[in-house]
Amino acid sequence: MIEIDGLVKKFGPFTAVDGISFSVARGEVLGFLGPNGAGKSTTMKMVTGFLAPTAGHISVCGHEVGRDTLAAQRMIGYLPEGAPAYADMTPLQFLRFIADIRGLNGSAATAAIARAVDRTEIAGVMEQPIETLSKGFRRRVGLAQSILHDPPVLIMDEPTDGLDPNQKFAVRKLIAEMAPTKAIIISTHILEEVDAICSRALIIDRGRIVADGTPAALTARSRYHNAVTLTLDAGDADAARDALSAVEGVVSMEEDARGADHSFTLFATSADEADTSLVDRVGNLAREKSWNVRTLYGEPGRLDEVFRSLTRPDTEKTQGDAA
Amino acid sequence: MRETLAIFKRELAGYFATPLAFVFMIIFLFCVGGFTFYLGGHFEAGQANLKGFFQFHPWLYLFLIPAIAMRLWAEERRVGTIELLLSLPIPLWSAVLGKFLAAWAFAGISLSLTFPMWLTVAYLGDPDHGVILAGYVGSFFMAGGYLAIGSCISATTRNQVIAFVVSVVVSFLFTVSGLPIVTDFVSVWAPQAVLTTIASFSFLTHFEAIVEGVIDLRDIIYFVTLIGVWLVACGIVVDMKKAG
Repeated sequence: MIEIDGLVKKFGPFTAVDGISFSVARGEVLGFLGPNGAGKSTTMKMVTGFLAPTAGHISVCGHEVGRDTLAAQRMIGYLPEGAPAYADMTPLQFLRFIADIRGLNGSAATAAIARAVDRTEIAGVMEQPIETLSKGFRRRVGLAQSILHDPPVLIMDEPTDGLDPNQKFAVRKLIAEMAPTKAIIISTHILEEVDAICSRALIIDRGRIVADGTPAALTARSRYHNAVTLTLDAGDADAARDALSAVEGVVSMEEDARGADHSFTLFATSADEADTSLVDRVGNLAREKSWNVRTLYGEPGRLDEVFRSLTRPDTEKTQGDAA
Repeated sequence: MRETLAIFKRELAGYFATPLAFVFMIIFLFCVGGFTFYLGGHFEAGQANLKGFFQFHPWLYLFLIPAIAMRLWAEERRVGTIELLLSLPIPLWSAVLGKFLAAWAFAGISLSLTFPMWLTVAYLGDPDHGVILAGYVGSFFMAGGYLAIGSCISATTRNQVIAFVVSVVVSFLFTVSGLPIVTDFVSVWAPQAVLTTIASFSFLTHFEAIVEGVIDLRDIIYFVTLIGVWLVACGIVVDMKKAG
């Protein structure tokens, strides 16, 4: 549905997007991850035809953006960053305007607006000027605008930014409901969101793709993947330290003391191979020694750690290596 | 066409959604009235026409029209709605034209609210209604000219104050290009042909001819062409901003 090939965007001497290529199929929810200024929003702006690329090709449902921009834009629902809307209009007027532009009129427009309002739960504020609405409602008005014409392609720039946990949950649920029939790209800073709704994630840093895979595959790149974390009563910590380092297969260990709890993270010989037996061995040991175990689990990996290792600035990277 | 109409309706409603429309209209009507009676010597002239009324329109428009035009694009850019607008399936010319027509219609509404002037003259004397109608048509087209300039300049910036000031300056040059302030400066070094060309750009020259009751097709063509050229320039500016 979305094909992007060799996309480049330069602002004067600054290269914001530096040769990005990827594609998104129907049913996929692609998560764009990356630090601020990595080129996520710029890429989205080019896909939606708001910015013209310096080089590269974008095709949406077979329509080339730049040559056949209007046809491509008809296929896209777009929620720009910050969900801008005409502040002096009410959501009803605003959605009518969007419906007008999208060529929906009469009963088709009414039905489309009713459906979008229902899905985004903004029925209660339809007659209030948008400038008087809370951030959460404004965001949802923006969402309603983007899904109004039931587009096959949805592009959302930080759809849950600034929402409270309940609203975030509702938006994620909405995206999950729409996912099977659409190609969706979302950008986010919230890593848990990637796990919750994305079928695939791209990590972008300084205009380049540095990782591409399912959330599980990306998580597995973490050095914590298949590590075992055991949390004990702090009183048992000293006794446990030596016993744990002697467990078969453990090559290194990290400790973290938090109040009355003390946790050990054990790293096995090979982080890539699934070594579930390590959890069993540690569990048996704890039972043998009758330690006061709070939690024990095998780690799937930590996405935030992968994110930081792939995107941190050069200076930090060299410092980290030196240490 | 459908998109142009949608944008036209939204923009026109946008003027009335804020106090801007009413503030503008009240000030416009006050100024028009004040200028006509105090500076124009409307009564003292003792003639049943609206010359004293129309002759101040270029000077009023010079400051008031940029105030209508400045928000057209600059506001969208500042608030970020431009991203929404330009990612909707709208041909560029539709957006440019829809916005311009909305502002022009608003100026037209303001202008039409000066009708009591016409009624007064008609009540007190026996004016030539054709001449007055010509004056209104001319004034309306001239407002369009100022608006097209303001619209293009508004597209270049996200700051409405800058849009306003630059529009006033550019509009001023177009207004007075037939007066000695410009012609004296040019005549020193330029050949007569250049001088005539520059002078022919003057709003005043074209407008005064119309106010005299002579609707020359060339004057109307002048204003229509001027509007067209500035709107094309506006479209080019908006498109260039896309390239970053």
